[in-house]
Amino acid sequence: MKNMKTKQLDRRSFIKVSALAGGGMLIAFYTDNGLLAQQRGPAPAPTPINPNTYIKVHPDNTFTIVAKNPETGQGIRNSLPMIIADEFDVDWKQVKIEQADRDDKYGRDMGAPTVGQIEGGSTATPQNYQPMRNVGATARAMMVAAAAKQWNVPASDVTTGSGIVTHTPTRRTATYASLAQTALTMPVPELSSVKLKDPKDFKIIGKPTPGVDNFAIVTGKPSFSIDVNPPGMLHAVYEKCPVFGGKAVSANLDEIKKLPGVRHAFIVAASPDPTPAPAGAPPAPNVRWASGVAIVADNWWLANNARKSLKPVWDEGPVASQSSAGYLAQAKQLSSTQASQTPAGGTPRSAKEGDAEAAFKTAAKIVEAEYAFPLLSHAPLEPQNSTAHYKDGKLEIWSPSQIPQIANAAVPAGIQNSDVTFHMVRAGGGFGRRLVSEYDIEVSKIARLVTDERAKQGLPSAPVKLLWTREDDIHHDNYRPAGFHYFKAGLDASGKLIAFRDYVASHGTTSVIPANEFPRGFVANFWVSEGQITPYGIPTGALRAPSTNGVSFVMQSFIDEIAVEAGKDPLQYRLDLLANPLVPAPPASPNSFGAPFNAQRAIGVLEAVRDMSGWKNRDKLPKGTGLGTAFQFAHSGYVAYVVEAAVTADKKLKVNKAWAAIDIGSQIVNPSEAANLVQGGFIEAMSHMMAWEITIDRGRVVQNNFSQYQPTRMSQAPPSIEVKFLKTDFTPTGLGEPSLPPAVPAISNAIFAATGIRIRSLPLGNQGYRWT
Amino acid sequence: MAYKLTVNGKSQTVDVPGEMPLLWVLRDVLNMKGTKFGCGIGACGACTVHVGNKAVRACQTPVSTVNADVKTIEGLSTDGSHPLQKAWLEVDVPQCGYCQAGQLMSAAALLASKPKPTDSDIDAAMSGNVCRCGTYLRIREAIHVAANGRKS
Repeated sequence: MKNMKTKQLDRRSFIKVSALAGGGMLIAFYTDNGLLAQQRGPAPAPTPINPNTYIKVHPDNTFTIVAKNPETGQGIRNSLPMIIADEFDVDWKQVKIEQADRDDKYGRDMGAPTVGQIEGGSTATPQNYQPMRNVGATARAMMVAAAAKQWNVPASDVTTGSGIVTHTPTRRTATYASLAQTALTMPVPELSSVKLKDPKDFKIIGKPTPGVDNFAIVTGKPSFSIDVNPPGMLHAVYEKCPVFGGKAVSANLDEIKKLPGVRHAFIVAASPDPTPAPAGAPPAPNVRWASGVAIVADNWWLANNARKSLKPVWDEGPVASQSSAGYLAQAKQLSSTQASQTPAGGTPRSAKEGDAEAAFKTAAKIVEAEYAFPLLSHAPLEPQNSTAHYKDGKLEIWSPSQIPQIANAAVPAGIQNSDVTFHMVRAGGGFGRRLVSEYDIEVSKIARLVTDERAKQGLPSAPVKLLWTREDDIHHDNYRPAGFHYFKAGLDASGKLIAFRDYVASHGTTSVIPANEFPRGFVANFWVSEGQITPYGIPTGALRAPSTNGVSFVMQSFIDEIAVEAGKDPLQYRLDLLANPLVPAPPASPNSFGAPFNAQRAIGVLEAVRDMSGWKNRDKLPKGTGLGTAFQFAHSGYVAYVVEAAVTADKKLKVNKAWAAIDIGSQIVNPSEAANLVQGGFIEAMSHMMAWEITIDRGRVVQNNFSQYQPTRMSQAPPSIEVKFLKTDFTPTGLGEPSLPPAVPAISNAIFAATGIRIRSLPLGNQGYRWT
Repeated sequence: MAYKLTVNGKSQTVDVPGEMPLLWVLRDVLNMKGTKFGCGIGACGACTVHVGNKAVRACQTPVSTVNADVKTIEGLSTDGSHPLQKAWLEVDVPQCGYCQAGQLMSAAALLASKPKPTDSDIDAAMSGNVCRCGTYLRIREAIHVAANGRKS
């Protein structure tokens, strides 16, 4: 009986149908993950919140499907609706996409009540694949039931396709739209009774499907956050202290206000960051809520031009004494005193199995190397911006955030979350930069101050767009943390790896510690430990594939070194290690996304890329040309690359070709977007390789713009990056992140194969290399 | 000061400072949002437009120096019928899409002077346009599709 009751609750609560004005129907669901993600079995009690809209059935038998997640170029505005549409059994051409606003109703993908719609961690597909299938399949079941009732026939005699229900014996048909009125009156089906498609019957999932916004993009229609243009909008710039954590003390505001087109100029005070710092985190400057000088004008160029006349007085604060040179010196100091000592820090930031120090004493060969990678800025092409309108105690905001949070708008404007309308607007790239949305915080403070000042002048409220310059964006990022790695490996007489040690001089909480990385689990004595560089006042954050985007370079390069020292084929050496896991396996880190490392899947991608690339014939390549390989497990995905690189005597580098073999499970939702993401991940890796580096001098960023932070250009991109997806019997997982990390060491290992020169620090541009 | 411009065939008068870049005249004065701001120093190509059939960086072009007709992405065609737009759709080029207006305008200038460009012609003409997402392989392919007809 108890079970019956639970089902009753589930049945009533997880779907809501209602009539749509002008005919048709609206189908809404609870996507509390515990409920909708279930495939079968009893449901937990649904959370008492309003259901969210996913599908609208229009009278002309077309359908609107809501895209719930932020779109920054990863193609999720296609892929989540594609999953719904396929299970709903409509044609893609019958579907229009509508972007959801930020709303707690849209699920809790990351398990936190305030983070329901997020682009991060390559989590959208693994978190939503099953729920979106359930949404579409349940809606389809309602249409089947409505037709069965209308025709008084068994539901088992009814089939669907292209938004039409067919009674198979009589060939009678009805459109979904014509069934809407009946469906509205019927009890909703139980999720456990809803049949999902056999994947072999998918018509949309797995088919290359062009981006839903492509037409708007190629015809120049307003599509991005920067294009938002509510009537009467003013334009703001926000100048912050160039030193991290510095404060605005005063400025020549009266002079600024007299400049052409300037309407407002004021200092925005710093506020304490309301988000508590993670436990155990070292003190960091308050950069999300930094003070600064806002200038608001009739258009953005006038606002930005007024900055030339701005004379702010800053309190630079303690970070002004810090520099990249100082961090490096401290890293060297730490490594020389701590690398062979027992370090501070527990799991998962360190790992110790066996006794590496003892094993080094018995080794036939020792390999040692120092590796380093720099701070990186994200540099999405659309500079940070956000638009807000404070009116009558309420705030409307249009944001490109990857992690839209209503509180970011509400708290700084001094209003309740319930008084915020939060529009999610397509972003010109994310790469993790928009996981920190200080521009939302800044614009809502500025918008409220503008409306308050205008009220005093008897003027109506006005929306304000805040737009950063490229320089603002490079100077005020949350940077990919730098890493300094001090490696030591021991080989036995046969070349087998018997001990592996990595001492990491690091900082902050954004992990660059490869405590769970291969070869952990495949070498008896493994020791990874860290020392903290302090003080460290540089804000760090997640760049595409956080941690592995740097760790893969050092680990997969050093493994390559070890293989060469052992006199072995570097690709086969990896396969040999993977074939001999420790028993029992060491416990996986609680920090790793998704499932633990699966050696068979790593072997699968390595063997596939070996066979695709002609690896066995690499000795026949001309002098100065070489093949390099690397693989990485990142964000639940397995990616292996082989790269062919050519290097001239004067260090002109060319990537001739790249091959990628990838295992992200049983289903690629949109193969066209997937291949594009992988090729893009590789080309981003080329930027990391050659040119990208953020350096700190006197607490401020040295680089200003793309001229000092060159992204890969078309002439440098290889003619071909061949991508192969291995379909394996695992749940589909994400791709945005895993495609990047191993591309970096695959290129550096190819340089070694071509020249015999081992690349141990990035970027190459500092070491005399240039693209051909 | 008032400046007369012809943008996508339409005559416009704007009252702005002479040093105001064409980019901001287009975006904030004429409310044409297709041309994008990326760097403000002519290093990324997101703001590429045509002035007298030549691809220029609108962020580096003071409005007072504009002495020929201006064409922007909105004027390449409004219905997506330009061969490059059709090719971009066919090849599914964009990721985030932010650079693509500038890419298309650079490609249009290239095809106007070299109707059948080679890969190296394309690389030379397009290397001022950054695609942060890295869609270069598809851009190359789409230019060839536009020049030579549909994909085989």
